Amino acid sequence: MNDHFAPQYAGPGGRSGGGRVQPLVRESRENLSFAVNREVFVSREIFEREQRAIFDRCWIYLGHASEVRNPGDYKTRSVAGRPVIFCRDRSGQVHGLINSCRHRGAIVCREREGNARGFYCMYHGWTYNTDGTLRGVPDEASYPPSFDKAAMGLAHVPRLESYKDFYFVSFDRNAVDLETYLAGAKAYIDLVVDQSPSGRMEIISGIQEYDIKANWKLLVENSVDDYHLVATHSTWLNYMRNSGVNMSPPKGSGLLLPTKGLGKDLGNGHLTTDNPNYRGRPVARWISVYGEDAKADIEAIRAELAARLGEARAARVADTNRNLAIFPNLVINDGSSVTVRHFTPVAPDLMHVTAWALGPVEETEAQRARRLHAFLTFYGPGGFATPDDVAALENAQQGYASWREVPWNDLSRGMAKNEHTNTDEEHLRVFWRRWSELMEAHA
Amino acid sequence: MNKPLDATVSRAEIEDFLFHEADLLDNWKLDDWLALLTDDAAYYVPPNDKPDADHRTTLFTIADDIVRLRERVIRLKDPNCHAEYPPSRTRRLIANVRIVGVDGDTIGVAANFAVYRYRRGEPVREFVGHYRHKLRRVGGVLKIAERRAILDAHELGPMGSVSFIL
Ligand code: FES
Ligand SMILES: [Fe+2]
Repeated sequence: MNDHFAPQYAGPGGRSGGGRVQPLVRESRENLSFAVNREVFVSREIFEREQRAIFDRCWIYLGHASEVRNPGDYKTRSVAGRPVIFCRDRSGQVHGLINSCRHRGAIVCREREGNARGFYCMYHGWTYNTDGTLRGVPDEASYPPSFDKAAMGLAHVPRLESYKDFYFVSFDRNAVDLETYLAGAKAYIDLVVDQSPSGRMEIISGIQEYDIKANWKLLVENSVDDYHLVATHSTWLNYMRNSGVNMSPPKGSGLLLPTKGLGKDLGNGHLTTDNPNYRGRPVARWISVYGEDAKADIEAIRAELAARLGEARAARVADTNRNLAIFPNLVINDGSSVTVRHFTPVAPDLMHVTAWALGPVEETEAQRARRLHAFLTFYGPGGFATPDDVAALENAQQGYASWREVPWNDLSRGMAKNEHTNTDEEHLRVFWRRWSELMEAHA
Repeated sequence: MNKPLDATVSRAEIEDFLFHEADLLDNWKLDDWLALLTDDAAYYVPPNDKPDADHRTTLFTIADDIVRLRERVIRLKDPNCHAEYPPSRTRRLIANVRIVGVDGDTIGVAANFAVYRYRRGEPVREFVGHYRHKLRRVGGVLKIAERRAILDAHELGPMGSVSFIL
């Protein structure tokens, strides 16, 4: 009996005519089946509900401490749809300020980035200090006694916390603290940060900002879905092979590349792949693409790692690739290079993606150049792989126009197994279970 | 400033060369296009937020040396290059061509471009910006030693991927 997958139109938002809420994510542990209703990718009502149930409640990535290194440094960002100034005030304190004038709402800071003594609103000329406090109001004498200048600074985001220099915002004043929220994801951030001898990583200059005409949740899936590697990325695999990189999987295994990779549940909807590295890493595994002259340098990086962390931990850092998805919309890929990528839903079928490269602050110019070269081989809108991911996601989104006729995505892969590999879908199910839980709590 | 700085090259010759290159790219004659490049050629698309940056210290959209550029062409000709299969229809308009400097055998060239990219069932995607190329005469024939396509938009945004040769 497979009525589990039978088309059932439940009406917008999963509500049937009788007002009963139909689950959008269906899991049966007895039948070993798992399905996601395609309505979640197309419905405007579900999109709006996500904003309230997820983006207004979770911790959302804002930026990295290295981006506001000096007093007065600022970046303007959109976070969960809100205009935010990420800045360091003149005394060195980091803030997330809502970038909307307390007078009548105009965007106060209109530049992408810079170093400021303060922020000046172009509309009526109110000025603010870099800590958000209101400094000047033209013709202040015309305001009545009720006007409290001290209370009219730029609003701060309700919550701002950081873990190892990664700053997150929550618009829910009652959210659990960030470290509790990150749960098992912290250990995987640590693996990235451990690449730096001083534990200090930095965002490298140059931002990749591009749209994908697809629902944001498809990029969460795609970022950790290693099942698609061979079909979607054969041209990248060819490039590696043509470059003399040994791409053959370890023997004695029938799995897809890379073998023995795992998909892991990190709690609170966070998940990661955790794969043996076969494709080279700037820290610290040489491949032929880097050139012979890079060999000694990479060995030296590896030796530093081993001396500082011990052989076992060094191997953990240098010999595994990890695609970490922090619920709901941050992905840190630590593979050919390190990317920090977050994405903002704009409409059910549109997201804005922002991606950066991350590297140890100690890197020499040659090491940095190698890291960036490795990054572009795979990642980004001009890379050999990401454009095909984008094509896959946009293709899927186009397919969902038939969501009423073909309502269910199948995500049961690997359900009968005890060990969940990176090419199974257990770690994708982790995301969907959390998504479903939060959405139902807000139904 | 329009007079050629090197008597051996004229703007008309540069224009003919760039128009020919555009024609090869619009017609997906990518092997013929590769033949226009020197053996040490490079191809850059800087990030939209740092158009003047150096690819060794800044994350670019594309920063190919000749090795990766040849691999890029292999990829673009492969039906498994999903982002460009079937290949986009593109149309390049190249204007405001100038010779901006001659240094030994290297000719600095600037030009504006508008590239329209069409895919079935999709609205047009427009790529507007300017080129900064370094051309070199090799055995009497003009070749591209460095090719830099700088986009005007503040972000890639609706352009999405730069999955074809810009
Ligand atoms: S809206 Fe900013 S000063 Fe009036
Ligand atoms: Fe992919």
